[in-house]
Amino acid sequence: MIDQQKRIALFVTCVIDQLMPEVGVDTVKVLRRAGYEVDFPAEQTCCGQPFFNSGFQDEARRLARRTIDILADQEIVVLPSGSCTTMIRQEYPHLLANEPKYYYRALRLAKKTFELSEFLMKEAHWGETAVSHQPAPQPNPITYHDSCHMCRLLGLKKEPRQALQAAGYAIQEMEESERCCGFGGLFSVRMPEVSNAMTAEKLRQAQATQTTTLVTADPGCLMQMRGLTDNQPPVEHIATMLERATR
Amino acid sequence: MSVQGSTFPQFRQSATIAIEDVRLQGALDRALSHFREARGGALAAVPAVEEMRDHLKLIRGQTIANLAHHLETFERNAQANGAHVHWARTAEEASQIIVDIARAHDVKLVAKSKSMMTDEIGLNQALAAAGIEPVETDLGEWIIQLSQEDPYHIIAPAVHKTKGQVIELFEHESGEGLAEADIPALTAVARRMLRTKFLAADMGVSGGNLAVAETGSVVLVTNEGNGRMVTTLPRVHVAVMGLEKIAPTWDEAAVWLSLLARSATGQTLSIYTTAISGPARPGDVDGPEEVHVVLVDNGRSQLLNTPYEEVLQCLRCGACLNVCPVYREAGGHAYGSPYTGPIGAVVSPLLFGLEKYEALPHASSLCGACKDVCPVRIDLPRMLLELRKDQVEQGLVGPEALAERAVATLMSNTSLWKLATGLARVGQRPFLQDNQLQLPINLTGDRRPPTLPDKSFRQMWADGEVESGD
Repeated sequence: MIDQQKRIALFVTCVIDQLMPEVGVDTVKVLRRAGYEVDFPAEQTCCGQPFFNSGFQDEARRLARRTIDILADQEIVVLPSGSCTTMIRQEYPHLLANEPKYYYRALRLAKKTFELSEFLMKEAHWGETAVSHQPAPQPNPITYHDSCHMCRLLGLKKEPRQALQAAGYAIQEMEESERCCGFGGLFSVRMPEVSNAMTAEKLRQAQATQTTTLVTADPGCLMQMRGLTDNQPPVEHIATMLERATR
Repeated sequence: MSVQGSTFPQFRQSATIAIEDVRLQGALDRALSHFREARGGALAAVPAVEEMRDHLKLIRGQTIANLAHHLETFERNAQANGAHVHWARTAEEASQIIVDIARAHDVKLVAKSKSMMTDEIGLNQALAAAGIEPVETDLGEWIIQLSQEDPYHIIAPAVHKTKGQVIELFEHESGEGLAEADIPALTAVARRMLRTKFLAADMGVSGGNLAVAETGSVVLVTNEGNGRMVTTLPRVHVAVMGLEKIAPTWDEAAVWLSLLARSATGQTLSIYTTAISGPARPGDVDGPEEVHVVLVDNGRSQLLNTPYEEVLQCLRCGACLNVCPVYREAGGHAYGSPYTGPIGAVVSPLLFGLEKYEALPHASSLCGACKDVCPVRIDLPRMLLELRKDQVEQGLVGPEALAERAVATLMSNTSLWKLATGLARVGQRPFLQDNQLQLPINLTGDRRPPTLPDKSFRQMWADGEVESGD
């Protein structure tokens, strides 16, 4: 029996929805294994971050209001993305500061919005879930890329590592794990030469660890790094790694 | 000229040259990682350093909020010391003031110590046009003066130059064969050649790292000793600086100095910290007969009471450059400005024009590393976002605006969004080769663009394909 309190709404993010739906599926499985019933509010599209980051604040505000309308009545919202979590949690209140009707709802939404690994470690007792699935210790270590939003904007450095370790993974740290992967949203299209050079540097640092997998908690970084690596090493979302280890 | 501008093609071309230059990337990597490590070590050794940063931020913010008052106090006290104080509204005015001082003293040769402000106002060009020879005496500045380049880094202007390139420049300048010279030998060449310039110069021009209002002093932070020679040997000394770099009292200046060198080079203090309070007094064994302080606005006061006021707190330590992943790849010349890296990306459009510097608000992945290391925690990413917003509001965004607004409209309506992404799935088919997207326009360089899988997550959910956990 699923406890009525243990329902969460998944905001899957537009990148995962459209480009890597399997990461969304893995996220749902992991959350269900942690004992949650997962809803997918089907009206959701995009949190508005690409527009916000490009200076199109009216457009961003429009999507922010819309997302608040869709999510405001949910108990808990979980996102498999550090950057979209940052948008909802930190930028919505800024963007809507002059609209009392939305501002306070934005603040309330911010309080109940969590990034996936943060939710698993802080709210969902992921450690116990993982142990109950008796994950096999992984013989080869993985390496973890701290996305800018995860480590600098949300301050989430421990949580993704703890979630991975609970699932049996050993982590071999790369040099400058907190250095940007080069994505930066539309930056990667406006300045592809610089963006790609940054990614190449990140991939060199990841390859130097000689680990099996490069893991990240942000779909943007995932898309960017996959675009320049020929699966050497494979780049995976944290949800995928957690799902694999707890089958 | 230093204020060249940086449009998208300019930034991307210059960055591409830097990225492809393996030697340059190596030199830059080594120098910047040295700066990063030195800074980290120096800050870690200070007890309660985070509180000290907060305190300095408070000092800088409060001083800027009452800037006119502190500037007037400075002027009064500097004049009481016997210094002349000049106010320049623009770069041209600032250069003209200095050229006029030089002409009044029949100056032929000007010895300069390192000053970003003289790059900003184009002083060397103005002096040369008036028939006066300017000579840079900071080693890095001299190197780039010889190679006719702009400074690459706020505190290390020639950081991109290799030893071999410096040998060539020095051979050309000195007429000596230096092929075998090591770095101490090259420094000795510079020292010997510059010594004659110091002795012959009729006027010294320096910058000013900060000014202290209560004693009317200009403070210089240097490592090579050239700053003291520039400010003591010639008859006339002119210090030129931005009007935001003022500390009300020495108490505040002490906090400033505690963090400046540590953040910049990782030194506790720079080798020389010089306070200049007026000309030589009767009985002094050295010092100039006249001291002039030129305080330059050049767009700064327009930033007061705007979302950009915080940027006036900058100490110009360069720490943000050393951690910036964009600067580390693109290099300094892409910025087309004396101010490079994240701080340059914010101040260049603000001081020299948003249109001229259209690329700089976008020369960032908004990773936030700059804000983390800034001694006064200036929120540079927030200001880059603000500049992007200004570009949209001022209609400085090209056809992209149409696309952004169209996509936002689609995303604001779930049915439209489903329709559009469904069409895109069909539309991408002619461009798929071996499951890779080959678009007629390459937007991503060497990076493979993502393709749309057959089903979106929402479609899988609707079709009941998202299985239960266990």
